[in-house]
Amino acid sequence: MTRLAAVAGLLLALASAPALAALDASEMLADPALEARARALAKGLRCVVCQNQSIDDSAADLARDLRQSLRERLLAGDSDEEALAYLTHRYGDYVLLEPPLKPATWILWFAPAGFAAVALLLAVRYFRRRE
Amino acid sequence: MTAELGHFALALALGLALLQATLPLYGAARARPALMELARHTAIGQFILVAIAFGALARAYVMSDFSVAAVAQNSHSLKPLLYRMTGVWGNHEGSLLLWLLILTLFGAMVAMFGGSLRKAFQARVLAVQAMIGTGFLAFTLLTSNPFARVWPPPLDGAGLNPLLQDPGLAFHPPLLYFGYVGLSVAFSFAVAALIEGRVDRAWARWVRPWTLAAWAGLTAGIALGSWWAYYELGWGGFWFWDPVENASFMPWLAATALLHSAIAAERREALRSWTVLLAIVAFSLSLLGAFLVRSGVLTSVHAFATDPERGVFILLLLGIATGGALALYAWRAPAVGTGVPFRPVSREGALLLNNLVLVTACATVLLGTLYPLFLDALDAGKVSVGPPYFAATFVPLVAPALVAMAVGPMLAWKRGDLAGALGRLWLAALGAALAAGAALAYGETLAALGLAAAAWIGLGALVEWGERLRLGRAPVEEVRRRARSMPRGAWGAGLAHLGVAVVVAGITASQCFQSELILAMKPGDSARIAGYEIRFDGVSRIQGPNYRADRATLSVLDDGAPLAVLGPERRFYPVERQHTTEAAIRTTFLADLYAVIGEDDAQAGRTVRLYHNPLVPWIWIGAIVMALGALLSLSDRRLRLAVPARRRRQPATA
Repeated sequence: MTRLAAVAGLLLALASAPALAALDASEMLADPALEARARALAKGLRCVVCQNQSIDDSAADLARDLRQSLRERLLAGDSDEEALAYLTHRYGDYVLLEPPLKPATWILWFAPAGFAAVALLLAVRYFRRRE
Repeated sequence: MTAELGHFALALALGLALLQATLPLYGAARARPALMELARHTAIGQFILVAIAFGALARAYVMSDFSVAAVAQNSHSLKPLLYRMTGVWGNHEGSLLLWLLILTLFGAMVAMFGGSLRKAFQARVLAVQAMIGTGFLAFTLLTSNPFARVWPPPLDGAGLNPLLQDPGLAFHPPLLYFGYVGLSVAFSFAVAALIEGRVDRAWARWVRPWTLAAWAGLTAGIALGSWWAYYELGWGGFWFWDPVENASFMPWLAATALLHSAIAAERREALRSWTVLLAIVAFSLSLLGAFLVRSGVLTSVHAFATDPERGVFILLLLGIATGGALALYAWRAPAVGTGVPFRPVSREGALLLNNLVLVTACATVLLGTLYPLFLDALDAGKVSVGPPYFAATFVPLVAPALVAMAVGPMLAWKRGDLAGALGRLWLAALGAALAAGAALAYGETLAALGLAAAAWIGLGALVEWGERLRLGRAPVEEVRRRARSMPRGAWGAGLAHLGVAVVVAGITASQCFQSELILAMKPGDSARIAGYEIRFDGVSRIQGPNYRADRATLSVLDDGAPLAVLGPERRFYPVERQHTTEAAIRTTFLADLYAVIGEDDAQAGRTVRLYHNPLVPWIWIGAIVMALGALLSLSDRRLRLAVPARRRRQPATA
């Protein structure tokens, strides 16, 4: 419930968010290897108040906050998984641009292969019946 | 006064549409020529009335008549004339009017150029077209009146989102709508054919040009939108698998499938009922796109639930059009018949493979786009379906079609020779191997696959032309003679495939070989990217017509010699209180050097983002080539609108 309230608050904040530029040079980490990891992770994280933008691309204030907390976690010695777990704990799976595999997303992940299988089956049946 | 005139014209158009949706159907059923004939006049009348309404709204925008609510909300007197004009369709109400204008234009074109259609069939097509028109006219008048007045009128307008004040986006909607709405003609032809229970080669020949025209519009419209995203959004990407993008991409996938199955239906009477089904699906997806974009359901399912008026109306339209057409299909498809049989390895077989792949891919995009909405509506949690999902599903699904694309056109109708076709494609195979080898030398496996596919498809299209012309095997005179007599459709198809190859190469290279540099720069600082030296010379303040901007001067140096100057801007639009970034791009057509600027920091300096994007212009060049291929096919005399009647008089030579 608190998470829901947080998201609602963020949605309100969106309306007044000043458009700053995306990732600013001042935010970047001095260690290039760590910064590269942060960039790669940021590209897969959703700016939760934006429409389908990663936090790496977004100019919203919230995206900047997320970029900062992500970098703080990495500086504190988190692995990639730990940093992601920290953010999903706070914002839910909604923050991941790649939906995790779980019962609620089984259809999402397995249906495309199913579509292809059905298409193939229909084609095979079409040619069988013709012969 | 003109606003009321426009409103009145729309209401009259609705009246005509209602007549046209009913009486001609009755006339066609009872063989009453006068009632059938009526459809042609009302179709043209509808177009004229909607054009009057559109003109009235355009006048209100150009004259900055802020007593019209839509103008007050979306325009401003300081806006340049071009954007006051294109602002007409830069919002919900005006864009609906543009949609109506194109819809009735297509109806009028069927009325004017459809002289060689059977009268009863033409009447039915126009009646179905008028049903769609009735739905959208009623939607506009009941929920989204573009001519509503405000009193007292505000002193000035609220302005237009600065992101939309751009030539690329100004012309994106008309092209896209041309495509969406063009598919309505294929839909009307399909429904009319189902009513009659008859689909023959003439039907397919009639559907193809409309689909080709719509497809060319969609292709160009989507490309323009992605180009705009590339240079305006300022982070160097061109496609984000955003639901709004997907909303235009799904009809494109279905229309591409329709385009190909209609070839089999026209040339071989194969895949008949399947083609009808695709025509229904393609336009239904256009309607779905309209629903997704206009209902607010994408921002949040709950936002839609609190203000559902427009969304529910479009959903109703979608339900009636799609549900009705599919029910009719289920009932009448057996009468239409599946068509003339063929072997799996044949031209028809290749077209069927194309269709299965495109439909599977389209279903996947649909699933990915709607899934978060369904989960949310069912309270089953919130997930995001972003680019990684589509990269993992869509790309592998379409890969087989990319491989088959070069082979299909080399196969004979009905029963093809796969080994022979592959043997004749040795040049394309060699090119693919070389491209893959070159990419592997850079250690890029994904790039190897993409570039190999591009070489295979592109060279495959050239080999296919060569085969048709007997290039290198026949004397020059004969090759010339063959080139002159080769149908435009064959040139167009090859050109469109060549365009796909160019797009695939552009996407692959820009994804795999992009370099990026983000840093804070002070005047005098230099940076190196992709072999160029970029020197930051400072920032100046400039004043635009309705914005002010910081413009940076970045000198591009090649070995110390000045090559170009880039001037990226950060603009502020005071009326809308919004910042935008204007990228500066220097293109060599083989690669783009791309620069944007960000915030200024007193100590560290100005944030500068630099990109080197190899082959990225090829994405849009390729899309233009694809659209040109479609237009070339459209000009084929076999498809030219009035030809079927004329052709009977002069026996075919082709």
